[in-house]
Amino acid sequence: MSKGHTPSTETRRPDKAALVIAVFLAALGGLIYWDASRLASMGGYSGIGPATTPFVIAGGLLILAVWTVFEALRGDFPARDRQEVAPVVWIVGGLALQMLLLKTAGFSIATGVLFAATAAAFGKRKLWMTIPLGILICLGVWLIFAGLLQLSLPAGPLEHLFW
Amino acid sequence: MNTFDFLLQGLLVAAQPMNLLYALIGVTLGTAVGVLPGIGPALTVALLLPVTYKLDPGGSLIMFAGIYYGGMYGGSTTSILLNTPGESSSIVTALEGNKMARAGRGGPALATAAIGSFVAGLIATMALALIAPYVVKLALVFGPREYFALMVLAFVTVSSAFGDSTLRGLTSLFIGFALAIVGIDQLTGQTRMSFGIPDLLDGIEVTTLAVAMFAIGESLYIAAQGDLGPDKVEAVKGSVWMNAQDWARSWKPWLRGTAIGFPIGAMPAGGAEIGTFLSYATEKRLTNHPEEFGNGAIEGVAGPEAANNASAAGTLVPLLTLGLPTTATAAIMLAGFQQYGLQPGPLLFATNPQLVWGLIASLLIANFMLLVLNLPLVGLWVKLLTIPKPWLYAGILLFATLGTIGANPSVFELGMLLAFGVLGYVMRIFGYPIAPVVVGLILGPLAEQQLRRALSISQGDVTVLFTSPIAAVLLVIAAAALIIPLILRARGRGEVLAQLAASED
Repeated sequence: MSKGHTPSTETRRPDKAALVIAVFLAALGGLIYWDASRLASMGGYSGIGPATTPFVIAGGLLILAVWTVFEALRGDFPARDRQEVAPVVWIVGGLALQMLLLKTAGFSIATGVLFAATAAAFGKRKLWMTIPLGILICLGVWLIFAGLLQLSLPAGPLEHLFW
Repeated sequence: MNTFDFLLQGLLVAAQPMNLLYALIGVTLGTAVGVLPGIGPALTVALLLPVTYKLDPGGSLIMFAGIYYGGMYGGSTTSILLNTPGESSSIVTALEGNKMARAGRGGPALATAAIGSFVAGLIATMALALIAPYVVKLALVFGPREYFALMVLAFVTVSSAFGDSTLRGLTSLFIGFALAIVGIDQLTGQTRMSFGIPDLLDGIEVTTLAVAMFAIGESLYIAAQGDLGPDKVEAVKGSVWMNAQDWARSWKPWLRGTAIGFPIGAMPAGGAEIGTFLSYATEKRLTNHPEEFGNGAIEGVAGPEAANNASAAGTLVPLLTLGLPTTATAAIMLAGFQQYGLQPGPLLFATNPQLVWGLIASLLIANFMLLVLNLPLVGLWVKLLTIPKPWLYAGILLFATLGTIGANPSVFELGMLLAFGVLGYVMRIFGYPIAPVVVGLILGPLAEQQLRRALSISQGDVTVLFTSPIAAVLLVIAAAALIIPLILRARGRGEVLAQLAASED
């Protein structure tokens, strides 16, 4: 789905990526329907209960899925720009690393890694320089927000040196 | 007491030294973040929401309103000097403003944008104060079904009436609905869509979703475009002051822009950009210098910027009086109210008049602060535009995750942030609008509550939704707003609507 389409030649072909979206919407609708069906008996005397809205939303998603299939087959989806994969991997990887490191290494180190990975995604690939820089900036941010504004940001070995 | 007594009382609240300080911090942060390219007011407010967690409700809402207004001012600077509008409502400003900057008239362009925003903000805030009590009175006769109909109308206008595809707008809205039902049902206490995961019981935080979709989704999208070379920042040459001719050509567009922008913002019509397009078209038709349009006409900056700010104030009418957010920014502001257990609406005017009127009065004060911040100090903000992209986006992601961690330091929350960020990125690739997801998430549960109340009263009879005249009229308008654009697009007249796309706020 990350391949660019040229509108002039390919607009009237079935759009496979859009079909994947339709499947996703249908699956989401099905999931909501399945989850809500165990609450269906809770309608009370009016028949209106916690399952009513989920059923409506599930129905809406299924209709939208069919509509999406229809537009995908007609090739009505807009042309897409070509997407570079590497920068996306850098940022997603940075966010994932931050998530994993947060509890053990603390806010500054985890977020410093994210900082460096994002900079790498935009072309600054000198990690030996950007990671320490990121950690330093994040430590400053931690001192301001956790120290002065009392936001509860997880502390790690680095933060414990100061607090 | 009449409106002016309330407003005077509000001014007394807003003029307390601590509240003045909050307002000043708000407008400064708002302008700074608003100037940064790629960040609109919605993201500005979402990013800065955690900063206000530890403050008292009054002070933090005042800071919030300052951030909102500041973000609107800051966006115009980006459009004029960089030609990359920070938010959709500044696209039109970029048309003429960037041309003026290239012709060496960046100073007057910035000045007419700032003074126009000031004039519009002042008039529109006064109009807000005058209209609000009447809307509150009207809202008091609203029952559940009228509220439900009003929300349906808001859903339609936000998702599908404008933009280039009814299908994609509605899909975004329903994704928002799907996320909204996660958690504990408010009326019965049953868990829905939680699958036994404790972290999901509280539902999905609006700020997590908004920050993920706007900050992370946008960063991923910009990064994936590859290296497009550095953006060209136009230097501000010459004086930032306008000459007599600039004044003569600006004051009428300011007033017309205000008159166009405020009503559009006040109606549940979704987004400030519609007003800016209408204002631009009006100025183009009325100008004495038609040859300058497209080459840097000052009217084309003055009118739309005024319309932009006037509709920002207009958006606060349904938000404060009805609790109805009609833009992504307003939706996040509603989340800001809710974090203090406050529900905007007619009751808030009765139970907490000090807070509401203090907020409205502080908007007037924020406007004066912004004029000072934006005219003499514009050179300072321009420096922000020269931050290289790697550091800019690294900083954006740092603060985006800071907000989420600060609100809830859990690995699960960060996982949701990442997942929604990727979702926002994929939606951007395929041209799905983002704002309806945010509005669906926050307004969906409120609409469900009203619907279930209405149907419980009628013992499950659905026709009750259409038998109240007010509700029926609102639903007919909603149906028209859904069907007419569909027909227009089918006949190939969709370009006009696509231009009015509500992409960010």
